[in-house]
Amino acid sequence: MSTETLDLSSTPAIPFTRLVQVELRKMYDTRAGRWLLISIAGLTGLVLVIQLIVLLVKDQSATLGSFGAGANIPMVILLPVLGVMSVTGEWSQRTAMVTFALVPSRGRVIAAKYVSALAIALIAVVVAYVLMIVANLLYGAFSSHPMVWDFGGAFGIFLVFLLYVISLSIGFAFGAAILNTAGAIVVYFVYDFVLPGLMELGAHLLSWFHSIRPWIDFSNAQTPLQGGSSVTGQQWAHLLVSGSIWLGIPLAIGIRRMLRAEVK
Amino acid sequence: MIHVEGLTRKYGSFTAVDDISFECRQGTVTGFLGPNGAGKTTTMRVMVGLTPATHGQVTIGGHHYREIPNPGRHVGVLLDASAQHAGRTGREVLLLSSRTMGLPDSRVEEMLERVSLEPAEAKRTVRNYSLGMRQRLGIANALLGDPQVLILDEPANGLDPAGIRWMRDLLKGYAAQGGTVLLSSHLLHEVEQVADEMVVIGRGRIVARGTRAQLLRSASGGLATTLVTAVDNEQLHRALTVKGIEATAAGASLRVSAEPIDVGRVAAEGSIVLTDLRAGNEDGLEELFLQLTADSQREGAPQQPAQPMPEGVNP
Ligand SMILES: Nc1ncnc2c1ncn2[C@@H]1O[C@H](COP(=O)(O)OP(=O)(O)OP(=O)(O)O)[C@@H](O)[C@H]1O
Ligand SMILES: [Mg+2]
Repeated sequence: MSTETLDLSSTPAIPFTRLVQVELRKMYDTRAGRWLLISIAGLTGLVLVIQLIVLLVKDQSATLGSFGAGANIPMVILLPVLGVMSVTGEWSQRTAMVTFALVPSRGRVIAAKYVSALAIALIAVVVAYVLMIVANLLYGAFSSHPMVWDFGGAFGIFLVFLLYVISLSIGFAFGAAILNTAGAIVVYFVYDFVLPGLMELGAHLLSWFHSIRPWIDFSNAQTPLQGGSSVTGQQWAHLLVSGSIWLGIPLAIGIRRMLRAEVK
Repeated sequence: MIHVEGLTRKYGSFTAVDDISFECRQGTVTGFLGPNGAGKTTTMRVMVGLTPATHGQVTIGGHHYREIPNPGRHVGVLLDASAQHAGRTGREVLLLSSRTMGLPDSRVEEMLERVSLEPAEAKRTVRNYSLGMRQRLGIANALLGDPQVLILDEPANGLDPAGIRWMRDLLKGYAAQGGTVLLSSHLLHEVEQVADEMVVIGRGRIVARGTRAQLLRSASGGLATTLVTAVDNEQLHRALTVKGIEATAAGASLRVSAEPIDVGRVAAEGSIVLTDLRAGNEDGLEELFLQLTADSQREGAPQQPAQPMPEGVNP
């Protein structure tokens, strides 16, 4: 046993699935992480309860889709926060030092984090649908109006998934680009609340902007995903183009930063 | 086993690590010594690919760290024990590493036991860990994959005396079984008892290198020195002078410019009873260390004339 070289021949590389499992576990193995997940589900439930009460009191007609629209509100606000924290938790708590020492190819860690974020988006869709269905059943039980199950089919569910994935990805991108939880969340909210207003204003004041707006207004471009059941080719194109600007660019900057940053 | 070749790391115009080269041999413990800000941590971070080198390279067992598949199984790393998620329990921290490496979960229990973290402590979040407990957790994390190489940045930091002794025995045992250990410290006493070889760094440059004996020798200007105490120091002093060996009083002892064996012979010939006979100057290493790193000490140079660079010391 006196060789100055390391024999690596019997050491297999770490499979990607294992990295995804570990990254997924990191999302709920701290109290903060668990509470964020619970509050996303809890707030979605709360919004639906309020919506249900308002609908019943005002005796308005509603469908499963109306509850879907209600459920999407807390989801698209909170999923980005989850996206942010899935990245920044590692940096602000400095665990990146341990993570990247165990897995030096950072690209794989980032990919595993992203895939585990997608898994969370999928779970969020299931949770949202379960809550929507319960809300609609309660509505049917207490309302004079008939229940309407406008599911939108598999494609409708896919659109909701896509919406949630985009929300998580935006958070992920900002988290990666800024690498600081509070900073990334603030920048995200500015982006989310101020940008649509600016778009509106721009379209009002400048006529040329009005015509290109669909191509650069990412939040408008996501509207067809909200409870829609069909998306036109042009709508896809708008989503793709505006998405590459407002999601693609921050994501590229973020990934580049994570790949290069010195881990301290 | 660990080869550092011409490693330089610059931050802007500041050179944190300046063209250093050294190696750690298999089956030995290498102490990496230097004052605050000397560049120890930076060097170790470069070793494991967390910081890119500006020039030069490090190989571990002939490989670049990044090329080692599942590196935790070969190289155990402890860089900063406080770099742990405050909201995770100690057990969970180890579990994540263990799962990443593909080890059975039972390994976590073994390691907790090995570093003497009790089950109740392992259930606490790291936020509520004492400094020494964090350090133990970090050491457990480094040992988890049963690696052949250990890279530890100030592992004894925060350990109690029993912990330091345990650490020392652990590292010695590790090297005795064929492992390779590199550990850093700014405390000479901590390292000299465990390290087979020492690398002293100051302001990003290697200022001295060698075994304890080599460094000790260089501390006295390349000459052998002996500390000796006799029942009658005067008599011994006279006997040495007769033989042409220089001696000066040093407290209750004599400091002699000769090997201990020669001093012993002189005493035996003169039937002089010795109560203590030691190689070198015990404070010498400390002095050497301060002196070598003098221009990088924050407290300024100690009051000592510069000595010529003896063997084992790189200018
Ligand atoms: N990102 C950085 N930007 C600028 N300077 C840096 C950076 N990282 C490290 N340094 C500098 O490099 C030098 C070496 O730092 P390093 O952490 O390696 O010292 P050290 O030998 O580990 O010290 P200590 O014993 O205090 O831990 C210091 O002067 C430090 O300020
Ligand atoms: Mg350091």
